[in-house]
Amino acid sequence: MYLPEQDTHLLNEFDIDLLRIHSLETFGTHDGPGIRMVVFVQGCQFRCLYCQNPDSIDIHGGILVTIDELVSKALKQKAYFGKVGGVTVSGGEPLLQRTKLIHLFDCLHEHGINTCLDSNGRVLDDNTKELLDRTDLLLLDVKHINQEWHKKLTSLTNTTTLKIAEHRESTGKPMWLRYVFVPGWTDQEEYLHEWARHFSDYKTIKRVEIIPFHQLGKHKWELMNMEYALTDTPSPTTEALENAKAIFSLYLDNVTIK
Amino acid sequence: MKNLVESMKLNVGVWKDSINVHDFILQNLKSYEGDASFLVGPSYKTIQLWDVCKESLLKERENDGCLAIDTKVISNITSFGPGYIQKENETIVGLQTDELLKRSMKPFGGIKLVESAVAEKGLKVSDRVVDIFNYAKNHNQAVFDAYDSEIKTFRSKHVLTGLPDNYARGRIIGDFRRVALYGIDRLIAEKKLDKVKVSDEMSDAKVRLREEIAEQIKALQDMKTMALSYGIDISKPATTAHEAVQFTYLGYLSAVKEQDGAAMSLGNVSSFLDVYIQNDIESGIIDEVLAQEYIDQFVMKLRLVRHLRPGAYDAIFGGDPTWVTEAIGGQLHDGRTKVTKTSFRFLQTLYNLGASPEPNLTILWSESLPQGFKDFCAQVSIDTSSLQYENDDLMRNNRGSDDYGIACCVSYQEIGKTIQHFGARANLPKALLLSLNGGREEAEGVQVVSGISEMDDEVLDYDTVMKSFGKTLAEVARVYAKSMYIIHYMHDKYYYERAQMALIDSNPNIDIAYGAAGISIIADSLSAIKYAKVTPVRNEYGLTTDFNIDGDFPKFGNDDDRVDTIAQEVTKIFIDELRKHKTYKNSTPTLSLLTITSNVMYGSNTGATPDGRKAAEAFAPGANPMHGRDVNGAIASLNSVSKLNYNDAQDGISYTFTMVPKSLGNNLEEQVANLTTTLDAYFGRNAHHLNVNVLNKETLLDAYNHPENYPQLTIRVSGYAVNFVRLSKAHQLEVISRTFHDTM
Repeated sequence: MYLPEQDTHLLNEFDIDLLRIHSLETFGTHDGPGIRMVVFVQGCQFRCLYCQNPDSIDIHGGILVTIDELVSKALKQKAYFGKVGGVTVSGGEPLLQRTKLIHLFDCLHEHGINTCLDSNGRVLDDNTKELLDRTDLLLLDVKHINQEWHKKLTSLTNTTTLKIAEHRESTGKPMWLRYVFVPGWTDQEEYLHEWARHFSDYKTIKRVEIIPFHQLGKHKWELMNMEYALTDTPSPTTEALENAKAIFSLYLDNVTIK
Repeated sequence: MKNLVESMKLNVGVWKDSINVHDFILQNLKSYEGDASFLVGPSYKTIQLWDVCKESLLKERENDGCLAIDTKVISNITSFGPGYIQKENETIVGLQTDELLKRSMKPFGGIKLVESAVAEKGLKVSDRVVDIFNYAKNHNQAVFDAYDSEIKTFRSKHVLTGLPDNYARGRIIGDFRRVALYGIDRLIAEKKLDKVKVSDEMSDAKVRLREEIAEQIKALQDMKTMALSYGIDISKPATTAHEAVQFTYLGYLSAVKEQDGAAMSLGNVSSFLDVYIQNDIESGIIDEVLAQEYIDQFVMKLRLVRHLRPGAYDAIFGGDPTWVTEAIGGQLHDGRTKVTKTSFRFLQTLYNLGASPEPNLTILWSESLPQGFKDFCAQVSIDTSSLQYENDDLMRNNRGSDDYGIACCVSYQEIGKTIQHFGARANLPKALLLSLNGGREEAEGVQVVSGISEMDDEVLDYDTVMKSFGKTLAEVARVYAKSMYIIHYMHDKYYYERAQMALIDSNPNIDIAYGAAGISIIADSLSAIKYAKVTPVRNEYGLTTDFNIDGDFPKFGNDDDRVDTIAQEVTKIFIDELRKHKTYKNSTPTLSLLTITSNVMYGSNTGATPDGRKAAEAFAPGANPMHGRDVNGAIASLNSVSKLNYNDAQDGISYTFTMVPKSLGNNLEEQVANLTTTLDAYFGRNAHHLNVNVLNKETLLDAYNHPENYPQLTIRVSGYAVNFVRLSKAHQLEVISRTFHDTM
């Protein structure tokens, strides 16, 4: 199976009350603070070589759910969100359905539920800005700082991603940066320095998460008959991760390894 | 008493003039709002002593789970001389027999069971003891003298199972704190006064009570004698922390020397002992190391309690449990927390001595508990999987007392004021099958219940089934109540718990604790009948052997009201039926949704059910959803269970919950925060009980294959904890097959 770039605007324009999702997680503890309901949306333009959920790329895949249904599910779990948890929208790439998410986040806020957006920062327009206004915490995945490497890794550039970081910084609202550490792909020391240095003046970054690459997504690539380029890539060593953490920590606070 | 009050700077109150430990707690409790940072590791003596114990425990395991049996002595409070582990290192003394882990015979529950347990180990009960029972009667004999044929059929056809009719009922918690607070002489004097008050015109009840109090007084005298054999005088109140711990333990020890009830809880002693401990620390008599040593060594002793059990017993109560249940934490009605530094010290034993199923440490969870304590509990759960949690806000307000312990696994019991009579449990899926088979038992077609119409419907109709099931439940309740009346009448007569009862008010209120197994199968079965098309497959005798299910249906454990309300409804129908019947000593019916490990045995005795469960497949434990059917994640599963109404199941609603560590968060700090939030949320929805396991399936599989590497691996099952490697292989596999909430 080959997934060329798709007309992703379709995702955003369809019925405002319907969201195309891949799956739901009801006790998410790894995508934002506390216990969260995580909505994995369907559809992504990035073609990350290490993608753990290649089945969430196709904009025609997944299932359609109503915003109402998602809100009522979140309400049933609200007690478990406690003081810091809430709802995270991850993916896929949430920004491809930004208009609908504005609606979702408004509904969640009406019920006092914290909102979190986990994004690779693909699209920046007025709708994105509106959505970010309603996003209590942005988890921004900056996959590589070097343009060429970023393209090799994801098939697209990081230009918009960095612009979104800049925009978020201008609003003063908090964000966490996420970085998937892949041996041979994202472990070059010079670029680790460059990546962290790029954000060193940012005031809105509250946490930086280094996420070690693992092979758990591999079987999905095989299931989908897609060519998986990282078959022989090992998981990073603790030493390499600690080193990356040390480099990031030269420029940024609160760096953690997931 | 006056000297004690002055030297300990105690606040006086009504506790001084009457037996009232609750008031003593109210006046003297030293609530602690801080964190765990003050705790210390084990003392040198504790380490030495525990090493000796660990060696013996290993030998016990290698010897098929039983180190030695005394086949000559009938065990009571005084029948064994003093026993020691290693005298020079023992701060708290007292063993059930004269040797570590040696088991003794307590045959008044049933001599037959004792004989078979002894025979299984290749030994023989001494001729003298056998001969005694040619003259003396025991509980088991007496019950069967009084049983009628109906009860026997219900019993042999596994509708009522695990009835305490051939073993001791247990569950009665003495207020062991009384030994330390008042001393035996004062307790005897009060009991004598109580006896005098039972006078004038006699009735059966009065005569019985006079005899009971006389037995209690003898037990108190025996306790004093037994303590003296260790060189300890418990006739007067304890005056130091060391004495308080030691006296309390000797009270408990008296009970387990004479009784081998299925579950013999300790109560809620930690915050009582804390008064003495903090007092001695403040006076400079002891330091934290010594304080911890007392608790470590006390808990060590509790871990070594053993009863003689036959192999068959393991099917109902797997892993050789004793349920030395200690309730820790909770709040007072006046808003103060019962958490003390000694609450922490009890939990610390799980680090100082390693993880352990006993004592069965139970956290009384309240939203208002100090955060430092909540966090430490969560950390201990994550590290040891040895704790269970119960809803203090719910029990305290619903049941009334703020001085209660947990009887057996999960059941509220006001300490020293009320007791409960253990009622084993009814097999609800079996009852459902009776109602689908015209009252005949599904395996052999024996008529168990009469007056149930044969059902020859092709497709089962919900209303028809509910009507028939309701009728069957009424019959089950009627026979169940009858059997309990007989059992408890005879247990009082032939195996009265005089040691525990001596430490309880003389005419306490009693709960009769009925039980029900298989609620999630019932909910799913009835849901299948209602929302899908269920066609019974019947054999040549017209008995159901299987069910064809066409279409999907809502399943318990997914936060779906359509099925969750069925579980609520059936629970209510059953307790309402039970409440219609007369009870022994006018006890109050309660109901538990709890199975211990008998869910495996119930399964193997029950045919296929309309939910798609095949014949002989295990039930889910307690009120758990069936394995693998709660597919909407942990919260949905918790929400379904929390909907079961405590008012209809005041004896307890047990949910055993297993999480993979990583699923709780990325690091310990996050995991602790997320677990405490989960507990707050779950209990905030009026849920009653939660067993928390935090472990990986791989660990259990490895322990299954290499038990020698996991001597202390502890897991929570239904309402208690076990050493995983001491479970039968069948039980181990059942535990491994349960839902592990990982990708939630």
